[in-house]
Amino acid sequence: MSGLMWFAIVIVAIMVGGYIFRLAGQKITGNAPMFRDMSFGVAFGYVLAAALLVWAVYYYFQPTVTEAGTPNAGVVFFKWAVHGFVIAAIAAYLFRLLGRFVGTAGSRKLFRSMPLTASFGILVILIYAIVAVFAGVIAPYGQSEILGAANVLAGGDLASGGDPAYPLGTDQIGRDILSRLIYGAQNTVGIAFITTCLAFFIGGSLGFLAATLQGWLDQLLSRSVDVLMAIPSLIFALLLMTIASVWSAKLGVPLTIFMVLIIAMIDSTRVYRLARAVGLNIVVMDYIEAAKLRGEGLGYLVFKEILPNAMAPLLAEFGLRFCFVFLTIAALSFLGVGIQPPLADWGTMVRDLGPFINFAAFIPTAAVTPLLAAGAIALLTVAVNFVVDWMLHKTSGLKE
Amino acid sequence: MLPILKIVLQRLGLGLITLFVVSIVIFIAVNALPGDFAEAILGQGATPESVASIRRDLGLDQPMLVRYFDWLKGMLTLDLGTSFAQLNFANFGGAGTTTVVEQIAPRLANTMFLATVTASIAVPLAVSLGILAALYRNTAFDKAANIFTLSSISSPEFFMAYVLILFLAVLNPIFPSLSNIFDGMPFSERLEKSMLPALTLTLVVTAHMMRMTRAAIINLLASPYIEMARLKGLSPMRVIVKHALPNALAPIINVIALNLAYLITGVVVVEVVFVYPGIGQLFVDSVKIRDIPVVQACCLIFAAAYILLNLTADILSIISNPRLRHPK
Repeated sequence: MSGLMWFAIVIVAIMVGGYIFRLAGQKITGNAPMFRDMSFGVAFGYVLAAALLVWAVYYYFQPTVTEAGTPNAGVVFFKWAVHGFVIAAIAAYLFRLLGRFVGTAGSRKLFRSMPLTASFGILVILIYAIVAVFAGVIAPYGQSEILGAANVLAGGDLASGGDPAYPLGTDQIGRDILSRLIYGAQNTVGIAFITTCLAFFIGGSLGFLAATLQGWLDQLLSRSVDVLMAIPSLIFALLLMTIASVWSAKLGVPLTIFMVLIIAMIDSTRVYRLARAVGLNIVVMDYIEAAKLRGEGLGYLVFKEILPNAMAPLLAEFGLRFCFVFLTIAALSFLGVGIQPPLADWGTMVRDLGPFINFAAFIPTAAVTPLLAAGAIALLTVAVNFVVDWMLHKTSGLKE
Repeated sequence: MLPILKIVLQRLGLGLITLFVVSIVIFIAVNALPGDFAEAILGQGATPESVASIRRDLGLDQPMLVRYFDWLKGMLTLDLGTSFAQLNFANFGGAGTTTVVEQIAPRLANTMFLATVTASIAVPLAVSLGILAALYRNTAFDKAANIFTLSSISSPEFFMAYVLILFLAVLNPIFPSLSNIFDGMPFSERLEKSMLPALTLTLVVTAHMMRMTRAAIINLLASPYIEMARLKGLSPMRVIVKHALPNALAPIINVIALNLAYLITGVVVVEVVFVYPGIGQLFVDSVKIRDIPVVQACCLIFAAAYILLNLTADILSIISNPRLRHPK
């Protein structure tokens, strides 16, 4: 109850502060328009932001160890978060600066008008791609290599249950977590990428086909897509995975291959919708008519005439679709029916390491590992979304 | 009132047809199992006799069409059969079996409770934040909100869940991180225990709803009547709440309903993280042990809820359109 009371007191204090702030601004600046027309809500917002900033600075400089000798975990995490944020911002800034001077004239121009979020996104995607491709070289151990010590905590500090040989610790059966995180980039991102490509191939070509031919084929495909889209995708994926798990045991084909096919099938319905809508706008163009009169075949029409003109919306959709596929795979793995062990995978790692989070109050480093795996997923999707957001904003010419 | 009634009835009919076709898809998908249920239940050590007997018990020797209509009839009369796990349990001398309905009903109620709590936090929050973001567009507040919402949309639910657990349960023990809810629990305790899953879902859903609210309002700001309202000297807040918001209602209602539909899928992962005894948890458990009747029933319930919410969105956005409500 006292917590609620404190909250109320703070809010009232900020409200009073906002009122005084506005009044003082009006008096000191001699009723400048900015203060004269300021509504109470805005004044409140300014003071709230200032109060938050002051609190953040105060909290940042709290000691990381309490007087009793136990770690003050909240401060530790806050410091990490601040450091991470600042480093990310600086890296994004430097990357954008680099892009403005290095590269072709076109890419330099692109970087000049780029917001910081987008350059951060591109940087993160590049890093992930490099890590995924060179995972075998970067990782200190193999992904399913069982080492001597199990349950070594992160941090590499012997006193708190760590080991310098395994900077991020080891899991329950003694596999190096850092190596598994690195291989996870290869497995999780790679599989999601393949799945998205497959979904685009199926959905895109069927969508363009429906747009070009129309008639009964269009009706048939569109109505079946309507039905498939009426089932929530994660639920449908789980249902199909149940069936696939029986098939995979019977045929001896890895479940992961079924998963790729199932998710590609489910997501291709969404791609089909977009491809058909975009295609319908293109097939009425005169150059398509001209190509038809020239006697070009269906393949030429779809891949040489429609596809290049539908590239921009499809590319943005590719980014978003990749995020959805990636999150679906992560969710399936987290639920235990996705990518199967011994392949290292972030979703599975989060589930396996999750319980460590309960020790965070005593040993802050213990909670890092599940959050790192989950954060690795989040970071990539956030990065892709930042880039797509910027691309959409650029191509749509939205100003407000 | 007549044309609008006709449209609404049309949509309802379409929804029913969709649900019917979806039930066929689910049925066909389940029947694509190699061998059949009987082998799936008994596993590898099945003798031909026991397979045949279970097959007879479950009516698997009937043709597919007959079985489909039996299943559909069962669905409509709330007789969803018995779960395999329960059946096995009974075979090994356990107590009486519970039917799928008895298994699902209390969990469905729990999930509904969670969804209601989430919606009653998320919807007012999202709409008011969306209005604020539209009001103070292109300010620091708007940009911060944009980055924050974009990040929370794109993070997986379990990441949000673990971050919330870390800060609200482990470091500052405000809410319990395990949502062990049972019947007969007092309401306040129930609410407290389902707070963390509700907050996680709120974070995921609010971001999307807020962005759409903002976009819907900003889309209207270029209209002549908004210009007129501004020129009359109305305050920016009044322009947005009185003049822009009523016209942005259709897309906002639409996105709210769609996000509630999205809750249905989000709920699966979140329930697993917090061990919340809802239908999502039951679904995942049944998927893992291949308990086909339960999987089938849950799947149909999820699909029905999804279709129903989409339908509601459709109908509400029709009703909120004055041009359809007052035809000339």
